[in-house]
Amino acid sequence: METTLVENLPEVTAAGVLIKAVIIMAVISAIAGFGTYIERKVLAFMQRRLGPMHVGPYGLLQLAADGIKLFTKEDIVPQNANKFIFMIAPIITAATAFIALSAVPVFPDFTIPEFIPLLGGTFVPSIAADLNIGILFVLGMMAAGLYGPLLAGMSQANKWGIIGAARTAVQFLSYEVVTGLSILAPIMIVGSLSFVDFNNAQSAGIGSWLIWQQPVAFVLFLIAGFAETNRTPFDLLEHEAEVVSGYATEYAGMRWGMFFIGEYANMITVSIIAAIVFLGGYSEGTLGWLTIILKVGFFFFLMLWVRASWPHVRPDQLMWLCWKVLMPIALINILITALVILV
Amino acid sequence: MYEIVAFYLFSALTIGLFLVTVLSKNVLYAMTSLAAGMVLISGFFFILGADFLGAVQLVAYVGAIMALYSFAMMFFDATRDIKEKNTNPALVFLLGGLSAVVLVLMFAAPIHSDAIQALYPMHEGVGNAQDVGIILFTKYLVPFEVAALMLLVAMISGIILAGKKMDQSLTEDMSADDEILTQKDEK
Repeated sequence: METTLVENLPEVTAAGVLIKAVIIMAVISAIAGFGTYIERKVLAFMQRRLGPMHVGPYGLLQLAADGIKLFTKEDIVPQNANKFIFMIAPIITAATAFIALSAVPVFPDFTIPEFIPLLGGTFVPSIAADLNIGILFVLGMMAAGLYGPLLAGMSQANKWGIIGAARTAVQFLSYEVVTGLSILAPIMIVGSLSFVDFNNAQSAGIGSWLIWQQPVAFVLFLIAGFAETNRTPFDLLEHEAEVVSGYATEYAGMRWGMFFIGEYANMITVSIIAAIVFLGGYSEGTLGWLTIILKVGFFFFLMLWVRASWPHVRPDQLMWLCWKVLMPIALINILITALVILV
Repeated sequence: MYEIVAFYLFSALTIGLFLVTVLSKNVLYAMTSLAAGMVLISGFFFILGADFLGAVQLVAYVGAIMALYSFAMMFFDATRDIKEKNTNPALVFLLGGLSAVVLVLMFAAPIHSDAIQALYPMHEGVGNAQDVGIILFTKYLVPFEVAALMLLVAMISGIILAGKKMDQSLTEDMSADDEILTQKDEK
């Protein structure tokens, strides 16, 4: 398969890709778990509380306590539910989130030292599947993530579940339009759908970042990204006061947890896309990779910041914002970008 | 080697999933297996190196078309089996069988692969998004634009059909409340 890798890099082998996949699975799951702790601490700091403090120093072991609770909880399947679909729905959410991560650059590439038996000398690439059309693939896979909540809601024979699932479907389908259209303008400027090309196009320092050329697209993408990852102010999918827990109403234990691992993995994916497409991405070397981790960390923090600052919107305001404000702005942005490129 | 394993795996899974779609009486199973089959079909494009078409298959069929089907299915009770009404089994058998034979003949024709040559081969060093774009906007420009026009017409008619009472708010409009109240009184 044709790749856009730089020529002098070692050959990517199947073993390298497998190792990369395992690394992504392990690290992102861990970050997703740790993210819940960070989220509670940051929210607590902003609201002048302490947050989790009792389990371990500064509540650090709260994560382990929550994990043990999730894993050992009884796995309840409702009597009238379609049991098979009910059981696979959370797996779809988690799986699509991780498959989407396979096409984005996560962590630098490295070669396993020779002294390690069996795997020594294997080259582990920074992107598990270096596709020419990485951005399209990631957006498509995140779109497929819709089936998790959708099937969960339809299979559980619970009215809150199905209302929550309907909201999810409407919100994701609508905001996918904005995500796609907003990211189209930077794609037109760079002329490629590959993350590597995007990174190379902005390698000339802060001045070459696409955010200066495409500020409108950046803001639109960020807003749509918040909606697609179900963050406040658009977290209407499990809005307790209206739809109990939405599509996750009947779920307990690890199956419930899988929805949230998927959600946090999607938050990380959206942050990585925003960092690479608009903020210059990574550069070579360990220090260069530190920059993208800082950028992703900033976006993650921004999501928590917004959650602490704003109340959520009503469903009708959500749709109004998408179709009557964001989508026309995105279209006008594309039109202006096209005119500037042509002239 | 990997391609062959992946191809047979995807083929078996796709055929199995689409069989479930056709044979299952449960809306939820049919829908899920159809969507999963669509995802696996994109796998064939990736095996062939047509990354762009694979991603388009994902975005268009899985992300948009199947999602809309699923959304429509929400208005039914998905946990119960449907009762199929089949008035003329012989006719269904005949028509279904005929179209199946025609399809098999059509798709089995490339067995004689020496008779086929690629009219628009891939260019070395050019991504296949660019290749598809060039063909679409030169050779297939008219069908492409006509399809765009048809989609526009469909969109406008959809808006007209759905938008008849769009200017009235269901929650803020007081007359709707009155209507509900009068219905309650009649009960």
